[in-house]
Amino acid sequence: MIERRLQPSPWVEYRRRIVNALGHGVVALATVVVLFPLIAVIWYTLREGIPGLTWDFFTQLPKPVGEVGGGMANAIVGSGIVVGLASLVAIPLGILAGIFISEYASARLAAAIRFVTEVMLGLPSILLGIFAYAVVVKPIGHFSAYAGAAALAIVMLPIVIKTTEEILRLVPRHIREAGLALGIPQWVVVLRIILRAASRGIVTGILLAVARAAGETAPLLFTALNNRFWHTTLDQPIATLPVQIFTYAVAPYEDWHRQAWAGALVLIGLVLVLSIVLRLVVSRTHFEHEQ
Amino acid sequence: MAAEVSSVRTVPQGRRFAYPWRGAVGNTVFFGLCLIAGIVVLLTLLAVIAQLVVESRPSIEAFGIGFLTRSVWDPVAEEFGALPFIYGTLVSSLLALLLAVPLSIGAAVFLVEIARGWVRSVLSFLIEALAAVPSVVYGVWGIFVLVPWLLEHVSMPLAETWGEAIPLVAPPATGPSMLSAAVILAIMVTPIITSVARDVLLAIPRAQREAALALGSTRWEAIRTVIGTARWGIFGAIILGLGRALGETMAVTMVIGNDPSIHTSLLQPAYTLASVIANEFTEATTPLYVSALIEIGLVLLLTTLVVNIVARLLVWSIARRYSQQ
Repeated sequence: MIERRLQPSPWVEYRRRIVNALGHGVVALATVVVLFPLIAVIWYTLREGIPGLTWDFFTQLPKPVGEVGGGMANAIVGSGIVVGLASLVAIPLGILAGIFISEYASARLAAAIRFVTEVMLGLPSILLGIFAYAVVVKPIGHFSAYAGAAALAIVMLPIVIKTTEEILRLVPRHIREAGLALGIPQWVVVLRIILRAASRGIVTGILLAVARAAGETAPLLFTALNNRFWHTTLDQPIATLPVQIFTYAVAPYEDWHRQAWAGALVLIGLVLVLSIVLRLVVSRTHFEHEQ
Repeated sequence: MAAEVSSVRTVPQGRRFAYPWRGAVGNTVFFGLCLIAGIVVLLTLLAVIAQLVVESRPSIEAFGIGFLTRSVWDPVAEEFGALPFIYGTLVSSLLALLLAVPLSIGAAVFLVEIARGWVRSVLSFLIEALAAVPSVVYGVWGIFVLVPWLLEHVSMPLAETWGEAIPLVAPPATGPSMLSAAVILAIMVTPIITSVARDVLLAIPRAQREAALALGSTRWEAIRTVIGTARWGIFGAIILGLGRALGETMAVTMVIGNDPSIHTSLLQPAYTLASVIANEFTEATTPLYVSALIEIGLVLLLTTLVVNIVARLLVWSIARRYSQQ
């Protein structure tokens, strides 16, 4: 009995090897299937989007329904403005909050803010649109670039905080202590020494947040709304690229579909270029991640 | 070396002795700014929750708890109930998880346990890129590529062969449908589940794999013990994916068909909490209509809050247990 257990039949050994090989094959296949949609999305966006990327697309206003042609110039500029406004609020606020968590807050308060940040990252962005609608649009009485920017700022805020705080925690303690030991005030140590050491990581966070905000549609639908013309003030509805893509894609006009694909290509290009830049930035700071 | 020494000696010391007030006042002001930023973050979340509760008051008063179980959605008669949207959100998300979970865990295992060197970093990068593609781009691809393809190659054949016997695939099959939404959601949550599961697997100490191998395990058997140890963290990753699927708006709105009635068949249109807000908010003309939509937002908020908190706690508990290694 005991001997048989110690020396199993060769079939058990074969079976284990076959299962081992099958297991490896299955997870490799799963990885391929997971990545397949990325390739499909990029392939179709390139194929359908490139014909639409004309000079007019970048320089013309949308044409009225039924007329062929026109472009998304106002939406591209509008996206830049709304994301820019949101960045003006979210980036400084996010960096300061990140500094607060890593440099000043007690362990318990830091954990609380970190937790809230994680929860905010998981909130559906359309709810932030409702919030901005209730807080900005309703009191003023009309849709505006400000309202869209407010919604996007809340989208960006937790991303900036999280990356700032994570990168600040990686800055070695002795750098802080060296600065303080020289008699430099703590706030100067934070701003001039620690932030500088962490600057690449913080830039990563900012770019991530900008990329995310530039692609957001849902929070803009009923805050920035849309506009067929050039906006003249920030106090009125403004066209943005994602909302324009959505509007065109669900409408029944062939020419609008062509432009929706072109817009999608611009967005996906922007996001992928940012991701590649981020990858390069992060890989250059890799020494900080290793113990 | 020389430059470092001189900068250290001149700038900070000189300042400290020349302007002793600078440190104290600067410290206080800067601390104050950081404190305000931290508190603003805490307050933002509270304000979002509070605002949604306040704005849904009229609807809550009009329909009470029955709002959640009524399946009528009639803006003209001002009769509102959330059941079709709750049903659509839950079914599309769970179906998406059914498709996404095995693939994501497989990919995470491959990334951590098998892939090495540049293969691993390129694959990680591609999965991050998959997560970075904006929702509306998936939506455009979904409308024009995925929906027609699914209709022709999956929905129609399913409805023809099994439609009579199984109510879940009963005809008539339509292009925009629960199934299309589930597939696009599966694509969108896969990178989240994969990357969180990857982080959880990476947190499991190397010693466990080595111990299994030393006892004569094959590599696959060693991987299975690692997955066993990481199971709660992986479960957290799945729940995190669920949270993302519940709140996903644009892509789903573009492929689900937006029909506020409950069909048993997965091949027919449906509607979700997030997409009814996206579609109807600007059309809502009466205060009660707006309030009903905001109450739908409140339902979505509370669901995703609970789901996210549970998921975070699970993932963190795994990370903390092994962070000392």
